[in-house]
Amino acid sequence: MSELAKLERRRRATYGWLLLSPAAILLSLFAFYPSIATLWSSLFSRGTRRNPVAFVGGENYADLFNDPTFWIVVKNNLFYAGVTVPLSMFIALSMALWANSKISAKGFVRTAYFTPTVLPMIAAANLWLFFYTPGLGVLDQIGSLFGLPSVNWLGQPETALWAIIIVTVWKESGFFMIFYLAALQTIPEDLREAADIEGTSRWTYTRRIVLPMLMPMTLFIGVNAVINSVKLIDHLFILTKGGPSDASKLILYYIWEQAFAFFDTPHAAALTMMVLLVLGIVAAVQFFYIDRRTHYQ
Amino acid sequence: MSGKPFVSLDNIGKRWNGQLGVEGITLAIEEGEFVALLGPSGCGKSTTLRLMAGLEIPDEGTIIIDGRDVTGASAAHRNLSMVFQSYALFPHLSVAENVMFGMKVRRVPKKERLEKMHNALEITGLHGLEDRKPGALSGGQRQRVALARAIVAGQKLCLMDEPLSNLDAKLRAAVRKDIKKLQSDLGITIVYVTHDQTEAMSMADKVVLMKDGLIQQIGTPEQLYSEPATTFVAEFVGAPPMALIEGAALEGFSKNQTLGIRAEHMEFVPTGGRLTCVVTDCEFLGAETFIGLSHERANGLTVKLEGKANMALGSLVDITFDNKNLHVFGPEGRRMKNT
Repeated sequence: MSELAKLERRRRATYGWLLLSPAAILLSLFAFYPSIATLWSSLFSRGTRRNPVAFVGGENYADLFNDPTFWIVVKNNLFYAGVTVPLSMFIALSMALWANSKISAKGFVRTAYFTPTVLPMIAAANLWLFFYTPGLGVLDQIGSLFGLPSVNWLGQPETALWAIIIVTVWKESGFFMIFYLAALQTIPEDLREAADIEGTSRWTYTRRIVLPMLMPMTLFIGVNAVINSVKLIDHLFILTKGGPSDASKLILYYIWEQAFAFFDTPHAAALTMMVLLVLGIVAAVQFFYIDRRTHYQ
Repeated sequence: MSGKPFVSLDNIGKRWNGQLGVEGITLAIEEGEFVALLGPSGCGKSTTLRLMAGLEIPDEGTIIIDGRDVTGASAAHRNLSMVFQSYALFPHLSVAENVMFGMKVRRVPKKERLEKMHNALEITGLHGLEDRKPGALSGGQRQRVALARAIVAGQKLCLMDEPLSNLDAKLRAAVRKDIKKLQSDLGITIVYVTHDQTEAMSMADKVVLMKDGLIQQIGTPEQLYSEPATTFVAEFVGAPPMALIEGAALEGFSKNQTLGIRAEHMEFVPTGGRLTCVVTDCEFLGAETFIGLSHERANGLTVKLEGKANMALGSLVDITFDNKNLHVFGPEGRRMKNT
């Protein structure tokens, strides 16, 4: 290789690294280092005045598995994900199909559906707090019109998690709808015309052409929805604080409680590691399996 | 065929927000005919095709296909197939599935479906590509899949919207022949939209030339070439197009007339020609050379010479021509007499 080519190659490599370095530095500082530090601290016991910090290995993890609250929280979160993910995706898809069809006031419909996404979760939670409040709340007001008794939606274990789920679905559907709308708009109009000429019904067209073509987007949204079902807990702080009797407690809220309410950082760290592991698997599935399978163009 | 035409459009009009789409389209197409809708972009030829297909509904007029009034009928009930400019193949379906899609929708039995699909792929030379996705095909192959899909439908009328415009020149010539052969083998009626006059002239039995939403002329390719109805037709058809000369520039013609003359009907003379022009370009095409000329009272003057010829650019030359080869157009650009 000539001197000049070598120099050029080195120049390009340097250039590449320079472009990568800001992101690399920030990620190392605020993502990689904290993760490793968390892993490290999850292996040590909680230091008290009498018992100094000591290496305990997997003991913190073992404690968690023996903790009944942990299992309640896991079950809650699985149920929460199992309802919010499919439900918000289904509503998002329906809204997108509707907002993409030839209707009047299309712009208004899209904006209206997107509004919950723009609202901060805390503000949205306060809004829903007003809806749910027994006696005063909108739901009870409507219920009383039909002579229904007052219900404390957030205050009883049977309904608290459902109340949380409804807020999440309400908040997320509009956001996912925007993704679906974007994907729908990449489907050329003449596919529909070609199908029309073949005598395809609207339903068949949607099922056989539109839905398969939305598949990559559906999987992308699915992965995001799963991640959000772990990440999105802001409304718990306003609405239920995980109660009553842990009925609406989700994993991330539980971690926060461990770390900043009970100051039990080692257990919080152990919990965090488990969440990271699960989310890592979800992300890996997206990267290595789904991405490869759904590229057809 | 005498009596009622296979497809007839009667005084069709379509506007968008008051803006003109097409106006007063009246057209009769016989069964088995190959009709080309020709015109520059924005002339309404695609709109006319979409109106026939039922993808648009006309504001006025009636459309009759195969003896049935289909003016308000949906695309599915018009018994026709269509080939789109973009091919409109379903990207997630294989070639075979794309071709069979319509039959599946119409619940054709599986055995018949496969048989017809293989038959169509055979005709279009796509054998062996059944399992490919459109993304893994070349432009020409995709085009053939679109054709196969139209053939399989087994309809008597096939509409084509600039089906060759995404292909390169060589492929275009090949597919042109294929389409023409297909049409005569299957005996179907084709309505073919194009902006390329070579395509229209070489394939069509009947050419409909449009401009600004109006039909300029309907006729055989020879009629359009040798008897253009308007100056627009004269300037659109033929390569090179007809040259137009102001009437006042020649003796014996009045000021408000326009005269048209084709390249092959002009020749150079040493002196005493009817027009003296300046040579502006020489275009060598192998078998012949076109010499571009400019004259202040004429437009698009071109003389055709056999073989290779060289003329100094900017030199003055005299040309002459016979009056019998002149096309005379009146003040509105309409043809005045047949020569």
